[in-house]
Amino acid sequence: MALKLNYQLMKAEEVRSTLDRIAQDVLKANSGRSVVLVGIHRRGVPMAQRMASAIAATTQKEPQIGVLDINLYRDDLTRVAFQPVVRRTDVPPNIDDHDVILIDDVLYTGRTIRAALDALCDFGRMRSIQLAVMIDRGHRELPIEANFIGKRISTKDTEVVEVKLREIDGEDAIYVMEKSD
Amino acid sequence: MLKHKDLLGIENLTCDEILEILTTAESFQEVSSRPIKKVPALRGKTVINLFFEASTRTRTSFEIAGKRLSADVVNISSATSSVSKGETLIDTAKTLDAMAADCVVVRHAASGAPLTLSKLTKASIVNAGDGAHEHPTQALLDAYTIRQRKGRLDNLKIAIIGDITHSRVARSNLHLLTKFKSHVWLCSAPTLMPVEIAGMVRDNGSYLHLTHSMAEAVANADVIMMLRVQFERMSESFFPSVREYFRYYGLTRQRVETAKPDVIIMHPGPMNRGVEIASDVADGPYSVILDQVSSGVAVRMAILYLLLGAHGSSD
Repeated sequence: MALKLNYQLMKAEEVRSTLDRIAQDVLKANSGRSVVLVGIHRRGVPMAQRMASAIAATTQKEPQIGVLDINLYRDDLTRVAFQPVVRRTDVPPNIDDHDVILIDDVLYTGRTIRAALDALCDFGRMRSIQLAVMIDRGHRELPIEANFIGKRISTKDTEVVEVKLREIDGEDAIYVMEKSD
Repeated sequence: MLKHKDLLGIENLTCDEILEILTTAESFQEVSSRPIKKVPALRGKTVINLFFEASTRTRTSFEIAGKRLSADVVNISSATSSVSKGETLIDTAKTLDAMAADCVVVRHAASGAPLTLSKLTKASIVNAGDGAHEHPTQALLDAYTIRQRKGRLDNLKIAIIGDITHSRVARSNLHLLTKFKSHVWLCSAPTLMPVEIAGMVRDNGSYLHLTHSMAEAVANADVIMMLRVQFERMSESFFPSVREYFRYYGLTRQRVETAKPDVIIMHPGPMNRGVEIASDVADGPYSVILDQVSSGVAVRMAILYLLLGAHGSSD
């Protein structure tokens, strides 16, 4: 299955300012409390790092960061045609009673977030878990919504939203692609 | 991508497949350090430990690995099963397959028993030691430990010392380590060196070396792997006395000092203290023997996950 470019949704500048705004929204909603930013592999991880720097620039205090691999919690492990690569999970110890911001690039069916919630709950009982995403593209299959959204767009289910980040892809951009055979 | 149904030995794995197992194991190591040491990856899968030979460490390690992945693990030891009533290995395997087991971990005294089973069952077969043939998960956890400490698997001098004749661990390890182009020195008393090793030296050319001198094997070694003298497999006398064996082939502090300053000492266990290894060496600063045990759980989790986690092949 090949992907062809449909249109570019965001350029580098907009990606950066959107991430910055999400960070400020998180800060505003959790005023006075220190949050733990947990990024979901792979692009949630650099997102979390950048949001942490943005928060540190405002509060002079670097928030704790964690990374989460959700593959072991997938509900389709025995159905997917490929073996997902399991990456390192590193959640700060003692996150009980903290406010955790779960971070991912695209919110789609909600199944990744369901798996991430299960994974997080194995690390303790957090005070709250909030969800921040770059793009909400609709088509939910589970009753899950994000607290902080960079941009909400409507998509067809034949489309694929690709968030590119410098740390992984060498550029900051968001593309909407179309599946073609 | 691991494309095998079974894990029968190291000999037919590629370097890439070995590295995939080791890299996956790194991710699983973290699970064992969590307050809740369990992930749901293999929920609903059944793993049967079928052990025809005594084992504590390997069986427990597989059991813990399976349970940390949420698989249902059932243990069968030959003494308490229908095997003691005369059932053949093949019938036992077919019975377990009929109960829809997803994976059978086998240890058997006969070389090739896991291979025989793998042809008869739908379940994945994992070799947990067959006769003097292979013990692949031990070699993988040894490689994991070496890679953790040395940062690489290539271009190391690795001395494997002791009862080579009866050792499947030695065979799996020399397959693995020579694949990565490390120099493996096998060292033992002439009576404990199997004759077919000479043929393997011919095939492996420059990476496999034989010696009867412990001084030569240990000199400048990066890794020293001691093997247990397997008295239970010896029906005749292979050396005059335990004291004499220890004098010639026991690992003492004096001998360790001739190796590299950052040498690591390994032993697959169980140890015979005072036979192949001195107590102060086994408990000393160079020893990574207990690290091997912790690595064992992570490596076996990786193997179960890679064999059972998803069906079909990659595209």
